[in-house]
Amino acid sequence: MYFENFTALIHMDGHGAFVWSAYAITFIVLTTLVISPMVKKRRFLIQQRMQARREQTAIVRSSD
Amino acid sequence: MGSPRWFYEISGKWLPWLAAIAFFLIAVGAVWGLAFAPPDYKQGNSYRIIYIHVPASAVAMACYMTMAVAGAISLIWRMKLAEVVMKCCAPIGVGLTFIALVTGAIWGKPTWGTWWVWDARITSVLVLFFLYLGVVSLYEAFENNETASKACAVLSLVGCVNIPIIYWSVEWWYSLHQPATLKLTEESTMHPDMLYPLLMMIGGFYCLFAVLLFLHARSEILFRERNTQWVKAVVTAS
Repeated sequence: MYFENFTALIHMDGHGAFVWSAYAITFIVLTTLVISPMVKKRRFLIQQRMQARREQTAIVRSSD
Repeated sequence: MGSPRWFYEISGKWLPWLAAIAFFLIAVGAVWGLAFAPPDYKQGNSYRIIYIHVPASAVAMACYMTMAVAGAISLIWRMKLAEVVMKCCAPIGVGLTFIALVTGAIWGKPTWGTWWVWDARITSVLVLFFLYLGVVSLYEAFENNETASKACAVLSLVGCVNIPIIYWSVEWWYSLHQPATLKLTEESTMHPDMLYPLLMMIGGFYCLFAVLLFLHARSEILFRERNTQWVKAVVTAS
């Protein structure tokens, strides 16, 4: 490692706050971009399954 | 080939591999850039922001070109998959351009002494950000998907004029922004210890872009094709 210890890595000779905040913001934005379509897909699948079940029961009832 | 179903199936096979490569390159590149690369002799440690700023900016522009090309294809050949790709590029572009602008501002403070200047490079990237936001909101503004796609395709094609402006802005105008660190046609002036993590991060961000585009497009395809047999099969299998 270039830095002597962990504290020096965090501090980065006074530039730590800039560097780490830039990385933190990037991490948050990229994670949001990864998770949002996954959540959307999951919601869609759950909703479609529920709808299919509703249609199924409707068919069963109408045939009774 | 080229049908939404074909894309859904093939992207499902590629996704885990691409995600693994993207994760590996970004994880190694970030640790290397943050902890192991030597500091810059002029800028000190603040230069370490380059490892996210340059990849995010490069991919933000590549994303725009992808969106514009997909827009052109959807206008000319009415290809469904191209429409989906164009629509999905926009939110990814918003995120990447946001990262480029914010990390640039954070880097600017210790280096130039200011968060923001109305400089050619920075302003043209801000315009890119607004173009992406424009495509996202234009899509939402139409009830009809087909009309929305047409309008967005035209907007993204017109906005292409901004890409060469961003690219050459640091050469055309006197600018506070430093000129490109990496050039395709010339050998890099960067020291290998700093260059290798940067190349890894750029490669990683391109792979991540593919992963993001696949994830967004897959979700969009399922929604659009929800009344087809194959999506119903996917729903029951899930």
